[in-house]
Amino acid sequence: MLSIKNLHVTINDKPILKGLTLDINPGEVHAIMGPNGAGKSTLSHVLSGKAGYTVTEGSVTYNGKDLLELAPEIRAREGVFLAFQYPVEIPGVSNIYLLKAALNAMRKHQGLPEVDAMDFLTIVKSKVKLLQMDEKFLYRAVNEGFSGGEKKRNEILQAAILEPKLCILDETDSGLDIDALRIVSEGVNSLRNAERSFLMITHYQRLLDYIKPDVVHVLADGKIVKSGGPELALELEERGYSWLEGQAA
Amino acid sequence: MSTSAQEIEHLISQEYKQGFVTELEVDTFPPGLDEDVIRRLSKVKNEPEFMLEYRLKAFRHWQTMPSPDWAQLKIDPIDYQAISYYSAPKSKKEGPKSLDEVDPQLLDTYKKLGIPLDEQERLAGIAVDAVFDSVSVATTFKGKLKDAGVIFCPISEALQEYPELVKQYLGSVVPTGDNFFAALNSAVFTDGSFVYIPKGVRCPMELSTYFRINAANTGQFERTLIIADEGSHVSYLEGCTAPMRDENQLHAAVVELVALDNAQIKYSTVQNWYPGDKDGKGGIYNFVTKRAECRGRNSKVSWTQVETGSAITWKYPSCVLLGDDSVGEFYSVALTNNLQQADTGTKMIHIGKNTRSTIVSKGISAGRAQNTYRGLVKVAKSAENARNHTQCDSLLVGDKCGAHTFPYVEVKQPTAQVEHEATTSKISEDQLFFCQQRGLSAEDAVSMIVNGFCKEVFKELPMEFAVEAQALLGISLEGAVG
Ligand SMILES: Nc1ncnc2c1ncn2[C@@H]1O[C@H](COP(=O)(O)OP(=O)(O)O)[C@@H](O)[C@H]1O
Ligand SMILES: [Mg+2]
Repeated sequence: MLSIKNLHVTINDKPILKGLTLDINPGEVHAIMGPNGAGKSTLSHVLSGKAGYTVTEGSVTYNGKDLLELAPEIRAREGVFLAFQYPVEIPGVSNIYLLKAALNAMRKHQGLPEVDAMDFLTIVKSKVKLLQMDEKFLYRAVNEGFSGGEKKRNEILQAAILEPKLCILDETDSGLDIDALRIVSEGVNSLRNAERSFLMITHYQRLLDYIKPDVVHVLADGKIVKSGGPELALELEERGYSWLEGQAA
Repeated sequence: MSTSAQEIEHLISQEYKQGFVTELEVDTFPPGLDEDVIRRLSKVKNEPEFMLEYRLKAFRHWQTMPSPDWAQLKIDPIDYQAISYYSAPKSKKEGPKSLDEVDPQLLDTYKKLGIPLDEQERLAGIAVDAVFDSVSVATTFKGKLKDAGVIFCPISEALQEYPELVKQYLGSVVPTGDNFFAALNSAVFTDGSFVYIPKGVRCPMELSTYFRINAANTGQFERTLIIADEGSHVSYLEGCTAPMRDENQLHAAVVELVALDNAQIKYSTVQNWYPGDKDGKGGIYNFVTKRAECRGRNSKVSWTQVETGSAITWKYPSCVLLGDDSVGEFYSVALTNNLQQADTGTKMIHIGKNTRSTIVSKGISAGRAQNTYRGLVKVAKSAENARNHTQCDSLLVGDKCGAHTFPYVEVKQPTAQVEHEATTSKISEDQLFFCQQRGLSAEDAVSMIVNGFCKEVFKELPMEFAVEAQALLGISLEGAVG
């Protein structure tokens, strides 16, 4: 469903991704690990269409479409979801309002009518429960005054309601205590199905104890330098990244 | 500049949809201002003698006054001799008697503006006075209001029918020499609305005036006077538009409100005068003196304004809290874009005991616009236990605009409590991207954020106006679920 071929990306002429290749099939969970500054967030931003990145070479195909041609909101409506490493605050706009506006934007794109207010509340409340959040969060301004962990949980709540096809999680585990990590992981696991794919960026093996990946990749110096099964993550936990740097996959 | 910064700039610039001109036969005075012009004006309007005296006194005073110091505003000198002081559609010199007599072309104009004057078509519960350039062309639901004892008519008509009432209150809140523009207005005002709510009456419908500038090179000098007698309630709305022209046009209004014991007046404005083009060419100079006197005990006045138009806005709707326990409120959204300038705020003058005031100001600045909040909270020695709370928030869209806040506080009474909070924030590219990543267009994202920012003020507007205000900011209603 997602095919990244030889992707080269620069920020202000500085090369960040240098020939990244990655294929994800429907229903697969891929983990990307790698040292700080390797380009993991850059990859998530390029896939979701953030401004400021220049693709100098390579291609990204998503469900048969040239993903890089699409405006960011179209990518989102086509099912690409990014759980941000640093979710922003939007004062004055309530969480539930954003959720409804986002869901209706998706539905409109699919030719569906706006969601019924009662149905919407039912869906939202069930997802809030799944993530063990307080309903009060729905009526607070988006992420305003949320703790780091609450922001991350809020990102997964949005994913649960928007039901994306490709879910990119950028360090969703960092900033979570062990209980929150378990709850968020259960939330993510409940979203797994035969169609939905995940690209999970993380530093830590512990997330992968909860969410079992199909494939683990190591991203270093702008490239995938090694790919393997879940056991690769354990090896990285023991040996660090340095033995892989400078290698090609 | 990055793509999304350009996008923000593009998004906030909307087209002005009320910029058309109605071609009509008109009676227009040649440009120029002297005592003869004022005499002619008073005569055309068939005014009582005291009114001419009032105008001449104001004019003589005005001639001695220096034009105001523009504070934060940049403005070219205005040539008062180049302006025409009267312009009216030809057939309506005498003022309309009934809707059937109104020129169909005028009815059409208002219909195009979304203000059908046909009583059947009107939203139930709103009476409209339509002021076109210098005259009122129609007032709806007069009969129904009269049954309730409410007087709602053009001020020119009130001068004929209720001269004593007008004489008693006109200029009692804003004296002729109050400031440069108030003096000018007192000398040359043409029309506006007059409202009197008798003792104990709750006005059965919302009253509204719709101001339209149509003629070129004319000034509009609107005069509105609202009196709420003891224990009465009224909600009054005001809307404004003008054609797109390359020249600046002057709108210098005076609005006076009087609330007697236990009376309440709610005054809402959606101001959408032509703001000029994106290079700052043309647009209305909106110089307005709006003041309310809470004369009676336990009286209350609320000003709510949404200011999106005009090249320059200079406006400080104020409350003089004379009566003990009286309450003044000011809720404001001022949006400036391109080269628009707004210097707006309020004055809360506490004189009575236990008087309370609330100020909520939301300034939004985009393009290269400048937006200034200027507010005065004054507590006299007599105002024991006076309270004020001021909250003043600015939102910047893009990085070439400016927001300024000038709160002035004068307190002479030690038991008073005066609080001021201010914030400035900016719509960031990260916020926009976040919203886009959730499937919203950047346009909807800006609207959503701006609307969220203005929420506290919009909820003070009567329903129909809240909808109009949101449409004006190009946004959909927030909080429908929450
Ligand atoms: N806006 C930017 N301007 C310049 N360099 C940037 C910018 N954003 C990220 N970088 C650089 O790009 C590299 C990759 O960053 P990032 O993708 O955030 O790494 P990771 O998520 O793997 O830690 C880093 O060297 C970082 O400093
Ligand atoms: Mg990162």
